[in-house]
Amino acid sequence: MTPSVIELTVTAEDRRVAWLATAAVGLSLVDAAIPSPLPGVKPGLANIVTLVVLARYGWGTAVWVSALRVLAGSLLLGYFLAPGFFLSLTGTTLSLLTLGLARHLPTRWFGPVSLSILAAFAHIGGQLLLARVWLIPHDGVFLLTPVFAAAALVFGTINGLIAAKLLAEPAPTEATELVRR
Amino acid sequence: MSWLYLTRPGDWLILLIGAVAVGVSVPVFWQGGLADRAIIRQEGKVFAEVDLKARKQFAVAGPLGTTLIAVEPGRARVVSDPSPRQYCVKQGWLMRPGEIAICAPNRVSVQIAGRTKVYDSISY
Repeated sequence: MTPSVIELTVTAEDRRVAWLATAAVGLSLVDAAIPSPLPGVKPGLANIVTLVVLARYGWGTAVWVSALRVLAGSLLLGYFLAPGFFLSLTGTTLSLLTLGLARHLPTRWFGPVSLSILAAFAHIGGQLLLARVWLIPHDGVFLLTPVFAAAALVFGTINGLIAAKLLAEPAPTEATELVRR
Repeated sequence: MSWLYLTRPGDWLILLIGAVAVGVSVPVFWQGGLADRAIIRQEGKVFAEVDLKARKQFAVAGPLGTTLIAVEPGRARVVSDPSPRQYCVKQGWLMRPGEIAICAPNRVSVQIAGRTKVYDSISY
């Protein structure tokens, strides 16, 4: 066999991102399986992973994990490059930007719950704006804002609590991470 | 299991701000805001335009007799009407902008108006 010319060195960081993204994709699939009364109202369980990653490994890793999740999640669920993909991408981008700013809040006062709620609002805000600009160019889209905002508040709080709970436990080492996931 | 220890003081602040934002978004985004006026019409002409703030009664005369209209904070209704089928009376309280009760035989109507004009239907 010809030895490969291109050598891809896989760092520990790469492996970590891959594992975390896998967990996030798994939660995206769970999310998609939960019936929803209204398209757009979803628990957003994968954001728990984003929050934990943000707290443990920093914003850069959180961006990588989220981007991979959106890409792989859309491929698995079959909406890659469909409108849902762009909605997902916009929401994720906005919530990551918000998290990038919000993580500088004093941690003594603002924990994962705060970050989660802010990210949830940014997420749905971005999606509504994209929907208004591109998919349904009519202000009628905003009629759903109160419902979406209420869902963002509820699910943001719940996800934040779960993330805080996970973060309260000691960080797993690389080896246990492989076993546990 | 207690989840309270997972929150920090600022979290409650954010939660409160979020809840207020959700509360505010309801009148802002839903149909023309809150109901704030009732327009009473007689023979198609405006008989009275009242703020939905105080409790008031109106007696409007029509060809069949008198239609009684009650206005209360945030809502209005036709209390009694001489029309044979009583449709406008049966509609009960009107409280959303755009809602209207028409007592056609007696030529009286009550309509709720909000901050902005709303349409009862739109066609393209």
